[in-house]
Amino acid sequence: MDLSAPLLAKDIGAGLATIGVAGAGVGIGNLFGAFVSAVGRNPAARDRMFRDVLLGFALTEAVALYALVIALVILFT
Amino acid sequence: MAGPTIDALSQFRLTTGLGPIGRVVNFTNSNEMMLVAVAIIIVLFSVGLRTRSVVPGRLQSLVETLYEFVYGMCIDNIGEEGRKFFPLVFTIFIFILLGNLLGLFPYFFAYTSGIVVTLTMALFVFLFTTGVGFYVHGFRFLKFFVPDGVPGWLLPLLVPIEIISYLSRPVSLSVRLFANMTAGHVMLEVFAGFMILLTASLGVFGAVASIIPLGLNVALIALELLVACLQAYVFAVLTCLYLHDAVHMH
Repeated sequence: MDLSAPLLAKDIGAGLATIGVAGAGVGIGNLFGAFVSAVGRNPAARDRMFRDVLLGFALTEAVALYALVIALVILFT
Repeated sequence: MAGPTIDALSQFRLTTGLGPIGRVVNFTNSNEMMLVAVAIIIVLFSVGLRTRSVVPGRLQSLVETLYEFVYGMCIDNIGEEGRKFFPLVFTIFIFILLGNLLGLFPYFFAYTSGIVVTLTMALFVFLFTTGVGFYVHGFRFLKFFVPDGVPGWLLPLLVPIEIISYLSRPVSLSVRLFANMTAGHVMLEVFAGFMILLTASLGVFGAVASIIPLGLNVALIALELLVACLQAYVFAVLTCLYLHDAVHMH
């Protein structure tokens, strides 16, 4: 295994880039937490709200994937 | 490191298809999958709509459900003018949906996992919505970048922010789809690679233990099925929202 400093720094940088995923974790948790409490208040509106939740989920998840793309770019270029 | 390693990114390598003719015109496996997707769409719709019964059969109700789903999405998000843009939104939705779903099959290539393809579609949507905005409102469309009810001294700060957020639309639109599909396929490949690594390093015990990554892979396929449909939906919904912005200005 190659242990030269630039390659190790590359690995560390890619690892650091994945910290951004934590924010998406908070966001998705927030989203579904708010959804559960909203359904608790008004169960009849569940289906209509769930569509917006899915949209929000996809948008939030994409932020995590930006971090992943940056990690991949660091690793493989 | 000896033995097999996980090579997660080689699955996205483009190869030329269709023999020597394809090599001359750079016809890639990505293009092949696009043609397959378009063929499936055409066959599905022409066969599904051949019998126009009042009580639809399985194929006809699939086609009608897709149609009504996207139609409702257009009307809900754009308003009555959405009817004009329905063909565009429907084409984008079903092309991305087919690309995402076909990519889930083994040995198939997901053309939406190429940034070139997604960026082309996102740039088209961006230029088209901008064109619609200027067509409907003329140069008053530039007022789109000036938020209402903001004190005048804030405008030098807010207008550049609005312009930057408008210009970043094609980037976020394309990278979202591309990153979702790429990340999903990399994840599947990594877990499949675990099975080979386990078997290679631990022998029979490893082969038995690799049932764990296999189970995870089955679960991941289900997740990817959800993501495939969801991302097509998100792309189409965002296209609708941008069209709404262009037609109604906020």
